[in-house]
Amino acid sequence: MSVISPSKTTPASTKGSAAGGSRTRPGKLAESGSPTVRPPAAAHLSDEQVAELGRELDAIRDEILAKRGAEDAAYIRRMIKIQRGLEISGRAALLVSKNKAAWVTGTTLLSLAKILENMEIGHNVLHGQWDWMRDPDIHSTTWEWDFVTPSRSWQHTHNDLHHRWTNVVGKDNDVGYNLLRMDEQQPWKPVNLANPLFNAILAPLFEWGIAIYDLELTEYKEGTKSKEALLKDLKALGKKVVTQFTKDYAATPAVAMLTGSGKQALYGTIAANAIRNVWAHAVIFCGHFPEGTDTFTEEMVEGETRGDWYVRQMIGSANISGSKFMHIMTGNLSHQIEHHLFPDLPSSRYAEVAPRVREICQRYGLKYTTGPLIKQVGSSWAKVFKLALPGKTATA
Amino acid sequence: MTEREKYGSRRSRLNRMIRLRQLAQAASVLTTPLAPEDILALFNPVYSARQLRGVVTRVVQETAQSATIFFRPGRGWHSHLAGQWARIGVELDGVRHWRSYSLSAPAGKDPAITVTDVGAVSGTLVRTTRPGDVLFLAPPQGDFVLPEHPRPLLMVTAGSGITPVMSMIRTLVPRRPDADVVLVHSAKTPGDSLFREELAELADQFPNFRLAHWFTGEQGRMDLTSTDQLDELCPDWKERAAYACGPDSFLDDAEALWKRAALTTAAPGSEVAVAGTTGNLMIERFNTTFNLGVGHDGGVVTFETSDREVEADGDTPLLDVGEDAGILMPSGCRMGICHSCLTPLRAGQVRDLRTGEVHGEPGQLIQTCVSAAAGPVNLEL
Ligand SMILES: Cc1cc2nc3c(=O)[nH]c(=O)nc-3n(C[C@H](O)[C@H](O)[C@H](O)COP(=O)(O)OP(=O)(O)OC[C@H]3O[C@@H](n4cnc5c(N)ncnc54)[C@H](O)[C@@H]3O)c2cc1C
Ligand code: FES
Ligand SMILES: [Zn+2]
Repeated sequence: MSVISPSKTTPASTKGSAAGGSRTRPGKLAESGSPTVRPPAAAHLSDEQVAELGRELDAIRDEILAKRGAEDAAYIRRMIKIQRGLEISGRAALLVSKNKAAWVTGTTLLSLAKILENMEIGHNVLHGQWDWMRDPDIHSTTWEWDFVTPSRSWQHTHNDLHHRWTNVVGKDNDVGYNLLRMDEQQPWKPVNLANPLFNAILAPLFEWGIAIYDLELTEYKEGTKSKEALLKDLKALGKKVVTQFTKDYAATPAVAMLTGSGKQALYGTIAANAIRNVWAHAVIFCGHFPEGTDTFTEEMVEGETRGDWYVRQMIGSANISGSKFMHIMTGNLSHQIEHHLFPDLPSSRYAEVAPRVREICQRYGLKYTTGPLIKQVGSSWAKVFKLALPGKTATA
Repeated sequence: MTEREKYGSRRSRLNRMIRLRQLAQAASVLTTPLAPEDILALFNPVYSARQLRGVVTRVVQETAQSATIFFRPGRGWHSHLAGQWARIGVELDGVRHWRSYSLSAPAGKDPAITVTDVGAVSGTLVRTTRPGDVLFLAPPQGDFVLPEHPRPLLMVTAGSGITPVMSMIRTLVPRRPDADVVLVHSAKTPGDSLFREELAELADQFPNFRLAHWFTGEQGRMDLTSTDQLDELCPDWKERAAYACGPDSFLDDAEALWKRAALTTAAPGSEVAVAGTTGNLMIERFNTTFNLGVGHDGGVVTFETSDREVEADGDTPLLDVGEDAGILMPSGCRMGICHSCLTPLRAGQVRDLRTGEVHGEPGQLIQTCVSAAAGPVNLEL
C-alpha cells in the first residue's frame, strides 16, 4: 500500500524494533505527489521541496528519539512528584480555609496542581509521549486525568481527529468546537452574534465544554456514531463526573467541616477548577486561532504527503513565547507548532527543537507564528468578535 | 502455635486487610483519579497501585561478576518456595526491562537474587544497584522446587545455575537432619564459583550434605555425555532425585544422559517440558536457544488496541517488538516456559523461534516471547 501514517512518524522503511520505530496505523498520506490544492501559504514550494522539508523534520525527530533516555524519564517523574506535592498541600490548606491566608494558599496550590496535571502531565502522557519508558504508572493506556472528560474519549477526539485533521474546516471540529464560529469558511448564522458571550461562558466551564464535545453528539445525530458507542461514552462520563464531583465538591468540604471550613473549602475547589478552566481555555485558544494561523479546505488534504502534512501543522499552529515557567504551565503547548509536528516526542524536548523548526520555516519561506501570551489571547478573542459578524474578514 | 492460634492470627490478618482496603477505598474518594498509593509513593517508593515494587536493602558482592541483591517487597508479594524465580524490572536509560532471576535466599527468609553479569540488564544489576534503589517485581513462580516428601537428592549445576539450588540447600540442609543432599557444581575457577565459602561451611557442619566442585579451568568441561564422571562424583546418582540448572548445552547433555539411563518415565513421543522432569531429573533453564538468522522474513506487526504498527524482522520475539514500540506487553520468563505472555492473535501467522514452526489462527493465544512475525501479524494488544 502506498500510504503511510499521518501523525507518529518515521518512514515505512525504518527497521522494526528500534525504539520509536512504531507509528499509528496508516491514515491517508500519499508517498509522493502533492495535495489537490496546496495551501496558499505554501503554494510557492515544489513537490521536491516539500519532500525535502519532510526529510529534514524526520531527521530532527530521529535525532531526539536517539537521545531520549534517563534524563527525560527523570523530568516527567519530577513533574509528577511536584504536582502531587502541590495537590496534597493545596487540599490540606483548604481543610483549614476558614483562615483567609489558608484559603488563598490552598486555592492557589490546588489551581497550580490541576493546571500541571492537565497540561504538562495529562495531555502529554495521554499523547503517548512517555510510553517508551514502559512504565505502567505513566502510560497513555492507563492514565486517567483530573478533568471531567474521561481520558479515553478525549484521546479519540484529540489525538486521533484533531491532530490528524488539524484546522481542516469540516473535519477538525476543534475549529470552534461545534459552538463558536472560528473561521469564515463556516457559514454565518444569527446565533453567531453570541460568539463572544458563548466564549466567555465557555472559559470558566471549559472542562464541561470539552466533555460534551467529546461525546460527539453531532456525529451521533448524523449517524456516523452508533447509539451503543454514545451510551458507552455517556456511562464513562457519568462515572467520571460522579467521582470528580465527590472529590472536589463533597469529600474535601466534608473533611473541612471538621474545622468549620466546609463552605470555604467548597469555594476553594470551585475556584481552583474555574481557574484551571480559564487557563486551559486561553492556552488551547492560542494554539490554532491567533492571527497568522491558517485553516484548510478538504481539497488541501487530499493527496497530502508526509511533507505536506508537516507544512499544514506548522502554518496551522501558533506558539506562545515566554519564560520556562510559562512553558511548563501550558504543558509546552506554547510550543504548539513543535507539538503538532511531533505529538509523541517528550514535551521537555520541544524547546530544544523549536529553533531548528523555526529555521526550517524561514528557509522554506513559511510563517512561524509566535507571540507573548497576552498578544495571542487578544488575537484569538479578536477573531471570536470578528466572526460573530457575517461576511468575509481578511485573514492573512 | 496451635491450630486455633494459627486460625485466629489468620483471621485477624484478614480483618486487618479488609480494614486497610476499606480505608484505601475511603481515601480514594479524595485522591481520584489517582489511587491512595500514588500519594503514598511520595513518601515511600514501594507503594504503587499498578506495579509491585521492592526496595533494595543490601547488596553483597559474591564474585567479580556476581552480586546478591536483598530487597524488601511491597504488598502483593508472597513468600517464595525454595527454587522459585521472580520477574525483576530494571530501568536502563529510562526504559524498563524485565528479566527472570531465581531467588537464592532460603524459603521463609527475605527474598534475594544472585545475578551474574552476562549482558545489559544483569550488568546494570550487578554493577549499579545500591541500597534504597527500587526494583520492579512480579511475585515468585516456578515448579523447580523441592520434592514434597524427603528423598536423597543430587544437584548438578553450572555457573549461575546454582542460584535456585542454593535456595534449596539453604532451606533444607540446616533445618532437616534427615536430608541427604549431594551437590556437584561446575564453575570456571574457584574464584568464579558462587557461594563457595558458605557451601564449604555447610559441608563441614552437616554430614548429610556432600559437595563436589568441578573447575572447568583446570579439569575441562564436565562431561555428561557418558556416565563415567558422574559415577565417580556420585556413585549412587541413579537412586537420587536429581535437579539440574546451568547453560543450555549442559542441560541438554544431562537430559540425554538421564534418558539413556532409562530413568525416564515420559511416555514415548511426548515432549519434555522445558522446566520439567525427565524421570528423576528436574531441570531449570535460564535461556533458550533460538533458531535465528536463517533469513526468515518478518512483517508488519499491528497492535490493534494500541493502534500502533511496527516493521519487525523474522528473528525478533514479538514481545521485544511490542516493548520497543512502547506497548505494555504482558510477560514472564521471556523464554517460553511460563505462558504469562499469552496474547490473542487477531490475524496473520507467527514463527516459533525454538522450533521454526509457523502457526497461528485468529483468536489463538500465542507466546510472544518465543514467537516472531511470519508475514503481517495483528495482535489484540
Ligand atoms: C527462570 C529463570 C531464572 C533465572 N535465574 C537467574 C539467576 O538466578 N541469576 C542470573 O544471573 N540469571 C538468571 N537468569 C537469566 C536472566 O534472566 C537473564 O537472561 C540474564 O541475566 C541475561 O540478561 P541480560 O539482559 O543481562 O543479557 P542479554 O543482553 O539479554 O543477553 C546477553 C547474552 O547472554 C546470554 N545469556 C543469558 N543468560 C545467560 C546465563 N545465565 N549465562 C550465560 N549467558 C547467558 C544471552 O543468551 C545473550 O546472548 C534466569 C532466567 C530464567 C528464565
Ligand atoms: S514470558 Fe514466559 S512464556 Fe512467554
Ligand atoms: Zn495535543
